[in-house]
Amino acid sequence: MADLSIATARTGTGSRAKPAGWLRLPSRSAALAEAGETSRRRKRKLGPGPVIPYGAAIGPALLLILWSLGSATGFIDDRILSAPWTVASTGWELIQDGRLQENLWTSFVRSFWGLFWGIVAGASLGVIAGLSRIGEYLVDGPIQIKRAIPALALIPLLMLWFGIGEGMKILTIALITFAPIYIQTHDGLRSTDARFIELAETLDLSNAQFLRHVVLPAALPGFLLGLRFGVTYSWLALVVVEQVNATSGLGYMINLARTYGQTEVIILCLAVYAALGLSSDWLVRLITRKALPWRKILAD
Amino acid sequence: MAQDSRGLKPEPAVRVRGLTRRYGERTILDGVDLDIGRGEFVALLGRSGSGKSTFLRALAGLDHGVPGSGRFEAPDAVSVVFQDARLLPWKKVADNVSLGLKGDIVRERALRALGEVELTARAEAWPMQLSGGEQQRAALARSLVREPELLLLDEPFGALDALTRLRMQALLLDLCARHQPAVLLVTHDVDEAIHLAQRVLVLEQGRFIVDLTIDLPSAPAERELRFAEVRMQLLTSLGVTEKELRRVA
Ligand SMILES: Nc1ncnc2c1ncn2[C@@H]1O[C@H](COP(=O)(O)OP(=O)(O)OP(=O)(O)O)[C@@H](O)[C@H]1O
Ligand SMILES: [Mg+2]
Repeated sequence: MADLSIATARTGTGSRAKPAGWLRLPSRSAALAEAGETSRRRKRKLGPGPVIPYGAAIGPALLLILWSLGSATGFIDDRILSAPWTVASTGWELIQDGRLQENLWTSFVRSFWGLFWGIVAGASLGVIAGLSRIGEYLVDGPIQIKRAIPALALIPLLMLWFGIGEGMKILTIALITFAPIYIQTHDGLRSTDARFIELAETLDLSNAQFLRHVVLPAALPGFLLGLRFGVTYSWLALVVVEQVNATSGLGYMINLARTYGQTEVIILCLAVYAALGLSSDWLVRLITRKALPWRKILAD
Repeated sequence: MAQDSRGLKPEPAVRVRGLTRRYGERTILDGVDLDIGRGEFVALLGRSGSGKSTFLRALAGLDHGVPGSGRFEAPDAVSVVFQDARLLPWKKVADNVSLGLKGDIVRERALRALGEVELTARAEAWPMQLSGGEQQRAALARSLVREPELLLLDEPFGALDALTRLRMQALLLDLCARHQPAVLLVTHDVDEAIHLAQRVLVLEQGRFIVDLTIDLPSAPAERELRFAEVRMQLLTSLGVTEKELRRVA
């Protein structure tokens, strides 16, 4: 609340003697007091408050502390939720005998190729539908129908068609990830600002120039947004395919751990999922920032 | 180039005959005729919604699908400056200026044009880093670097503050004197029209009801008098009553 109060009310208290009326001008003494603090950046009167370095870690750290306290005092049953240190030591063991890396790598490769083909399909279909009317008529309908079918419902059919090998898993991930990329790319291409189309006309741009200098750059933010969704979905899809049928990967580890009641392994795998999700999201944001330098100045 | 635009006009830069444009039931332009000489600076006044932009867009060939008839001849090299600077945010200022230019010294030409509007220092900036006036100057550079024979301006200074506008007007006059395009400036600022143009048109009910050649004498006192007269005449034709004028004068 204090942050929302008006600065003059705080600094002006010392010189209340002067009746300034309803229009309260900052008094001279207050102005001097402020001038003495020029090194400090002037505070915003409105807004959520100042930025704390690594402030984003406060919430998760608090959770970790509560979890540790709960486990140490025996408040949390070890069979429901293993203690943090149990998880850590299990993780260490799994790394030492190489099982964690192996399964993580398998999962990562699946996700990567699924996402890769998802991007290829999503971007190219998006461009086809975004740039030509005929393309849109041919492509958009089937994709909308496919989107309406839950991805999980497709898995039995994909298993019948492609077996239960890697190909089927990668295909499933690709099918799930391509949708947001397709939608955002298509939308980005279709919603080029009409004012820029007009400008391109007055500048006598050729079709190729128009595409290269106006349409594609205008659609890039959309594509990157779709990519961000796609990356998140690729981990989701991974969980789905690995828990349905798999003999390796993080999802397989979780399934196995469930069978043996090893909550610490489950928690460990969840933590790995979280790390993967966060770091890949961070990576896409980094790419976005690099690809859209003209956007950055807005955020500064 | 026609040095003396008020003298013999050889071939006009723009020739409009019976131009009609409709939006639905409403006729916005009703059989308009107009010649603009080479190098001539024409200002177009009119109430809001009178069809100034419609006319300008027709000349720029931007009114696809708007029903109408009539014909017009305009040069191939036409540049348009809009009320918003319309710079592509993902291109540096210099690249905005050189966009679509043909030839090999494209970059040099863009930089020279930026020099003319005193923006050389901002050539590598992003458009969003420019002030409104700077953006509009960049837009002016972009339109002039193409050496247009016809320059169409639709309220180019409408969004600028009074001081910036004054400087932009002076700049526009300089640039036009140097490049000699035929100019059609749409504005609703009567003073701006009289100061800048050699000829002022008023569009009303789909027709040009006033076509006035501005001939201000050079002697200051007479000039002021004549200015007031012309201003009065134009304001009256725009529907401002004498009573309203006296209230604010
Ligand atoms: N795309 C459109 N569809 C329908 N009506 C339109 C369209 N564009 C313009 N009009 C109408 O045509 C009339 C003339 O519009 P125009 O933009 O030419 O006016 P203007 O003289 O430029 O006005 P202003 O000074 O406000 O810019 C207006 O009444 C407007 O409502
Ligand atoms: Mg207009």
